[in-house]
Amino acid sequence: MNTEKVVFAFFILLSMTLNFGFVLGDIDNPEHHNVYELYAAVVVSLVATIMKFGDRTHVGAVLLATSLVADLQLIAATIVWAFANHLHVAGLSPAMMASIVSLSAGALLANVTSVILLILETMMVRH
Amino acid sequence: MQQEHVIYLFLRRLRAPMITIVVVYSVSILGFVLIPGADDQGNPWRMDFFHAFYFVSFMGTTIGFGEIPYPFTTAQRFWTVYTIYATVIGWLYSITKILALFQEQSFIRLLKHNKFGRRVRRIRESFYLVCGYGVTGSRLVQRLYEEGIKPVVIDSDPRVIEAMETDQIGLAVPAICGDAADPSLLNTAGLRLKNCACVIALTDDDHTNLAVSIDSKLVFPERQVISRTESPGTTANLASFGTDHIIDPFNIFAEHFVDSITRPYRFIVKDLIFNPHHKVLPSPHQMTEGHWVVCGYGRFGKALEESCKNQRISMTFIDPDPGLHNAPVGTLEEVGTEAETLLLAGIMNSVGIIAGTNDDADNLSIIITARNLKPDLITVARQNLAANKPVFRAANINMIMEPGRIIADEIFVLIKTPLMIEFVGLLRLRDEPWTRELLQRISATIEDRPLDTWTVDIEAESAPAIHEALQRKRLVRVGFLCRDPRNRERELPALPLMIKRGDEYILLPEPQVRLQPGDQILLGGKASAEIFMSWITDNQNVLRYVRSGLEAPGGALWRWLGGRKRRRKVSSSADPSKNRPVAD
Repeated sequence: MNTEKVVFAFFILLSMTLNFGFVLGDIDNPEHHNVYELYAAVVVSLVATIMKFGDRTHVGAVLLATSLVADLQLIAATIVWAFANHLHVAGLSPAMMASIVSLSAGALLANVTSVILLILETMMVRH
Repeated sequence: MQQEHVIYLFLRRLRAPMITIVVVYSVSILGFVLIPGADDQGNPWRMDFFHAFYFVSFMGTTIGFGEIPYPFTTAQRFWTVYTIYATVIGWLYSITKILALFQEQSFIRLLKHNKFGRRVRRIRESFYLVCGYGVTGSRLVQRLYEEGIKPVVIDSDPRVIEAMETDQIGLAVPAICGDAADPSLLNTAGLRLKNCACVIALTDDDHTNLAVSIDSKLVFPERQVISRTESPGTTANLASFGTDHIIDPFNIFAEHFVDSITRPYRFIVKDLIFNPHHKVLPSPHQMTEGHWVVCGYGRFGKALEESCKNQRISMTFIDPDPGLHNAPVGTLEEVGTEAETLLLAGIMNSVGIIAGTNDDADNLSIIITARNLKPDLITVARQNLAANKPVFRAANINMIMEPGRIIADEIFVLIKTPLMIEFVGLLRLRDEPWTRELLQRISATIEDRPLDTWTVDIEAESAPAIHEALQRKRLVRVGFLCRDPRNRERELPALPLMIKRGDEYILLPEPQVRLQPGDQILLGGKASAEIFMSWITDNQNVLRYVRSGLEAPGGALWRWLGGRKRRRKVSSSADPSKNRPVAD
């Protein structure tokens, strides 16, 4: 067992699960979506991205790309949230909430791809 | 070690500091969101993520706008104290890591390597890859550079490359320090690029030269490879896979030396061709057949012995280790710097002395000792380091041999005018009276200026005017090339040395020899003549003038075009007479 592999897989999976947890619920209902969960998802996703830096393999490159996509989507979601809270006249309206959730749902797709790639790579290497 | 890996290496090395920063920031932000605060009215208030991020961002970078948006509660201040130290330490740690990475030798090497690769790939014209920047390599690179030919340099000695980088030439010539035998380094240096015209292996390690030559021949068999060699085994090996030119400095010098004694005219002609700073030597060499004392056997002595076999020259060798190179019987086991040894070697009955050891100080000492014993000796010394030039000059030695310079000059001529090497090969078959006449004609042409040599290929691209005239069955004589385009009665300072026609060679062609398409003409003369000659080869009107004496003023071009149209009409009516050569 390799500690590095455990930590690596841990962060990739955690980033997906947190993301999923945030997306779960009615798309336009602010009650169903916790801001702390989004925050955790962003932080874990960033850490996962940094962990993927510097892998020279092809799979490593694709993993990094999916992570970067997830980061981009999640950060966009947080920016929308901050905008809705502080600058938008109507506040956190259902429309705003829907766009936040759909952005993070996009990130979820990228995270799922990441996990699938991780599983495939694990299956390929049979030690 | 490839281009794209630098950024990844950088990122991988910075994984720990970056994660530290992310963790410190996220914990700090979360703390500010969770810790209850109060607004200006004292009502309970909590920071949201946006404000927490804003606060931590400016605090972490020590900008410090103050407690925003409301003054902090005690609990918040506790947390602020923690975050100040955490972020400052986090940043310090990351920045020292980044700086340390830039200080690391391996990282600097990688950066240099990549920069070198970029510079090589950015070269648009054809370039010459020179492996080995020693005495030979540096002189060759200098001459190529002055000629406007782009060299690329590999050398294994970091000091040499550093010295070159600070030199003026370093700005124009990409150079890298590394093992030339390493294929990946050769790739970076452009071995696989189409515009690498020639690979020149000049390292002092035969094995490396061999590796470079093989690699190049495997990638592009047609590409020229020039390699230096110091042993017959490597020579045979290099020849076996088609290395174009194999250069053995000791053989070349031995031949040079023997020529200088037995065939002085050939020696002077060759020196004229190869050495741009040629000076006509006060030639004491004709009378030097007889006994010679040679200090230092080695590879040079061996080559000398080979070349002298059939000449009226006898030699006594002095070598500190005669067994190493199988020196002949009778070799004295000494360095040769002492008078006793020289006397023992028969210096009093000798015509000259050759100081050919690989140590410059020893060589000078030998020459001076020998001259004290017998002042009228002819002295020949080997100069190993270019830096010692002034000392050797001052010693007033009859003939200084610099193996490095000799190879560099020969390779330079090989690159600039490949036909010249074939010409020199043919020169070996000619006798002294013929060579003397050649020398007289060359001297009359160049009048104490350096001899420049160039080639005119009668092809559509390189000599369009002549090629077209020949296609139209006009008669073009080789002498036309050497007429002055401004006044055809005058001659240009140029001499046709040789015409190569297929496998045939015409040495010193007479002016009336007719040119044919595909001819390669080797010319020698003053550098200025080459420019005038390119007018004749490229411009139809100028060619017409030197051929017929007819001026072609402004409107003549149009008259000529009109004439061509008319002629085309005639030729379309199938006139058999149009195939007859027309002389005008």
